[in-house]
Amino acid sequence: MSNQNTFKIDFLSKRKIALVFSVLLIIISIASLATSGLKKGIDFTGGTLVELGFAEPVELKGLRELLAQAGFNGAVVQHFGSSKEVLIRLLPDGALNTAALSNKVLSAVNSGFAQQGELRRAEFVGPQVGEELQEDGGLALLYALICILIYVAIRFEYRFALGSVAALAHDVIITLGFFSVFQFEFDLTVLAAVLAVIGYSLNDTIVVFDRVRENFRALRKGSPVDVVNISLNQTLTRTIMTSMTTLLVLIALFVLGGEIIHDFALALIVGVLVGTYSSIYVASPITLALGITKADLIVVKIDQDELDKIP
Amino acid sequence: MMNHFPVWKNLMIVMTLVIASIYALPNIYGEDPSVQISPLRGAPINNSLLSKVKNQLDESDIAFLKAELSESQVLLRFNHTNDQLKAADIIKATLGNNYVVALNLAPTTPQWLRSLNASPMYLGLDLRGGVHFLLEVDMQAAEKQAVDRGAGDIRQFLRENKLRYLSVIISGSDILIKFRNPEIHDSAVSQLESQFRDWEFKPDVNTSSTPTLTAKMSAKELKNIRDYAVQQNIITLKNRVNELGVAEPVIQRQGDSRIVVELPGVQDTARAKEILGATATLEYHMVDTKHSLASALSGRVPIGSKLYNSRDGGQVLLKKQVIVTGNEIIDASSGIEGDTGSAMVSVSLDGPGGKKMSKTTRENIGNPMAVVFIENRTDTKMVDGELVRYKTVVEEVINVATIRGHFSNRFQTTGLDNSAEARDLALLLRAGALAAPIDIVEERTVGPSLGQDNIDKGFNSVMIGFVLVLIFMAVYYKTFGLFADIALAVNLVFIIAILSLLQATLTLPGIAGIVLTVGMAVDANVLIFERIKEEIKNGNSPQASIHAGYEKAFSTIADANVTTLIAALILFGFGTGPIKGFAITLSIGILTSMFTAIIGTRALVNMTYGSSQIDKLKI
Repeated sequence: MSNQNTFKIDFLSKRKIALVFSVLLIIISIASLATSGLKKGIDFTGGTLVELGFAEPVELKGLRELLAQAGFNGAVVQHFGSSKEVLIRLLPDGALNTAALSNKVLSAVNSGFAQQGELRRAEFVGPQVGEELQEDGGLALLYALICILIYVAIRFEYRFALGSVAALAHDVIITLGFFSVFQFEFDLTVLAAVLAVIGYSLNDTIVVFDRVRENFRALRKGSPVDVVNISLNQTLTRTIMTSMTTLLVLIALFVLGGEIIHDFALALIVGVLVGTYSSIYVASPITLALGITKADLIVVKIDQDELDKIP
Repeated sequence: MMNHFPVWKNLMIVMTLVIASIYALPNIYGEDPSVQISPLRGAPINNSLLSKVKNQLDESDIAFLKAELSESQVLLRFNHTNDQLKAADIIKATLGNNYVVALNLAPTTPQWLRSLNASPMYLGLDLRGGVHFLLEVDMQAAEKQAVDRGAGDIRQFLRENKLRYLSVIISGSDILIKFRNPEIHDSAVSQLESQFRDWEFKPDVNTSSTPTLTAKMSAKELKNIRDYAVQQNIITLKNRVNELGVAEPVIQRQGDSRIVVELPGVQDTARAKEILGATATLEYHMVDTKHSLASALSGRVPIGSKLYNSRDGGQVLLKKQVIVTGNEIIDASSGIEGDTGSAMVSVSLDGPGGKKMSKTTRENIGNPMAVVFIENRTDTKMVDGELVRYKTVVEEVINVATIRGHFSNRFQTTGLDNSAEARDLALLLRAGALAAPIDIVEERTVGPSLGQDNIDKGFNSVMIGFVLVLIFMAVYYKTFGLFADIALAVNLVFIIAILSLLQATLTLPGIAGIVLTVGMAVDANVLIFERIKEEIKNGNSPQASIHAGYEKAFSTIADANVTTLIAALILFGFGTGPIKGFAITLSIGILTSMFTAIIGTRALVNMTYGSSQIDKLKI
C-alpha cells in the first residue's frame, strides 16, 4: 500500500489556470452562439435539400446560373464529398416550398445542364416540423441533464451530481460553440452526437467520482484535494486509454463514414476531447469547491451501521 | 487462491454465444433480386396462381431461380436484376389490378435458419434507399366538410318534415337555423334532437318572433370525424402505395393528425412523390354545349359556366353545377373492355352519388360529361418576416366522355387511348376520393446508389475502427488485450444478433452507434485491467489481483454504463427515424458489452490462468 497516498501529477494545482481556460472557452462559445448562432440544417429551419450525383466532375458556377435562371433564387450549391456530387439547398423563403420542389430541381437540372444528374438524396422539412424538431431536441438535452442529475445524486451525493452536470453543460456549450465558431452545419445527427457526448463525458466523470468516493472512504489521511488528486492519477491511464480507443474509431468514422456522418463524427471527436478534459478539470474541482468532505460520504455508511446495531 | 467459474456459468456463456451466432448468421448471406406478388381485394394466393405465373415466365423465356408460395404472397427469385425487371412487367400485365407486383431484394437465408425465425437485420431507408414522408391531415377542412354535410342534412330533414325555416347558415363550426315562428322552433328542437344525436342543439331563449336555433357538433363526434379523416386518408394512401408496387410499405398514424409513409427501395422517387403528394379531389361536370367555346375564350363566359384548363393543353367550357364529387366515389379501376379491347375505367359511386348521377344521365344522354381534377397544394411564403402557409388550388379537366346511356352508381369510361392512360385515370379518380386534404410536412428520400454507398462506408468504418482498437488493445495489454479483443468481436456478434432478432431498423447513425460502442466497449476492460495492474503493484498475488480487479471495477462499470444508457434512452424517446436507430444500437451495445467485457473476459482469464500457480501476468 505504499503509493496509495502519493500522486505523480498534481492536476489540481493547475485548476485555477484550467478555470480561466474553461471560462474563456465558454465565453467564446456563448458569444458566438449569441451573435452568429448555429448554422442550422434544414432539420431545424425547414427547407429543401437535394443531393445529386453526376458521372463527371461538376462545375458549380454553371449549375448555380442554371438554377437561378430556373427561378430557384437563393439556392445554395456546393460539392458534397467529391466534385461529382452536388448538394443544393433551398431555404423556405418563397412560394416554391413544397415537397415537390426537389422534383422540380431535378428536372430543371436534367433539362438544362450539360450532364444528367441522378437523385441521391432529397429532404424536405416543413417549417412547422422544423420548429418541432428543434423544440424536441432542446427538450431531449434538458431531460438528459435532469435525469443524470437525479441518478448521480442518488448514487453519489448532490455535490457530485452538480459537479458532473456542470461538466456536462460545459461540454455541451463548448461543442455547440465549436460548431458555431466554425459554422459547421448543425442538424439532427449532430444533435444526436451531442447527446452521445453527454453519455460519454458522464461515463468519464463517473469513473473518476467512483474512485474519489472509494478513496474518501478508504484513505485515512489527506485533504479532500489530495484525495481527488490521487483518484485522478489512479484513473488517468484508464481515462487516456478509453479516450484513445474511442477517438480511434471516431477518426475512422470521420474519414471513412462518408459526408452524411462527417459532422456527426466531428461533434463526437470534439465532445470526447472536451469531455475527457472536463472530467478532470471541471467535474472534480467544482465538487471540491462545493465543499465535499470525507464526512459527506462516510456518514451514510456509519448511519447504516448504527441502524443495524439498534436492537 | 484460484479463479474458477462454475460449470453452469461456462455453459451459459457458450450457449449464449451459440444462439447469438445462429441469429447473426443470416446477415452473411446475400440477397436475390426478386418479385413479390401480394393480393388485393381478397384475390386468391394459391398454387394455380403460382403455376400461372411460372408458365407465363417460361413462355417469355425468363429464367427464375425459385418460386415460393406462402400464405400471403408469391415470391420469385432471379439471377439478375434485368430478369427481375422484365418479369415484373410481364407479371403485372398478366395479373392485372388484383395483385400488387413489387420489386424486392429477398434474403437468401437458408431454410434451416428461417425455420428458427432467423433473418437478417432490417435496413433503414438511408441504407436501402427509399422514401419517407410525414403527412398532415388538414383537420380544419375535415371539420368544415362535416359541418357542411350536417347543414345539408338538417335542411333536408326540416324540409321533409315540413318544418318551415327561414335560413340555415354556417357560422364557424356552428349551424344557425332561423325559423318562421317560435312554435316551429320548439317542435323542430325535439325532432332534430332525436334525429341528429351527434349534434347538440341550443334553443333560442330570447323568445323573438323568428327564433334561431344553434346546432353544434358534439365533442365525441368531432373526435370521430378527426379519427375518420386520418383513417380514410390511410386507406387511400394504402391504395395509392399499392399502385406503386412497394414490397414492404409502412403507413402508420402518428399522433393526432399525422401519417407516416415509408416506402423502402422505391427507385422512382419522383413518381412516388407525385402520387402521394397530390392531395386532390374531383368533380363531375356537364360540358356546356349550348354556348360556343370560342366566344367564351374571347371573354364572354356565360353565366353558370366556367372555363377549365384541360390536361392536354386546351380549354373546356363546363357548367358550374357539380354532379358528383370525389367524396362520393367508392372505387375506380382500370381494365380492358370486352367487346372492343380498348382501355377503360370502371367507377362505382356511393348511394347519394349514384342517385345524383342517375338523375343527370337520364336527362343528358348523348351529351359530354367531364371530370375535373382539383389539386390542393400547400405552399409557404414570407409575409412580414413570418412564414405563412397558404393553399393554392389547381383545377384541370382530366377526361371528357359522352354519356351513352342512363346509369347510376356503376359506370365505365371507355375509349381511352391505352391502358397506361386508363391506369392513370383510375388512379387519379381514386386519389380524388379523399376525405380531407393532406400535406407533406416532411420528406426524406434516399436514392438507391446513396443507400449502397452508405452501407459500404458504414461497413468500412466499423471494420477499420474495429481493427484499430483490436491492435491497440493487444499491444498495450498483451494477453489480456487479446481477451478483450475476443470479447469485442463477440460483442459485435451479439449486437448483430439482437438487431436481427428484434428486427430493429439499422440506420447509418445506427452504424455510427455500433462504431461508438466498439470504442467504448473496451472501457470496461480497461477499467478491470487497470485495477488488476494496481493490485499487482500493491503487492498482491496474480490470482488475488484478478479477483479483486474484476470485483472492484464492477460498480464503476455499472454506474458509468447506466448513465450512458440514460442518455441513449432519452435519445430514443425524443429522436425520430435515423436518430432512433443510433439510440437503439448504442443501448444494445452498452448492454452486450457489459456481458462480454465482464463475464466473457473473466471466463477467458479463468480458463487461462485460473487453475495454475502463476507468478506473473502478461498485462
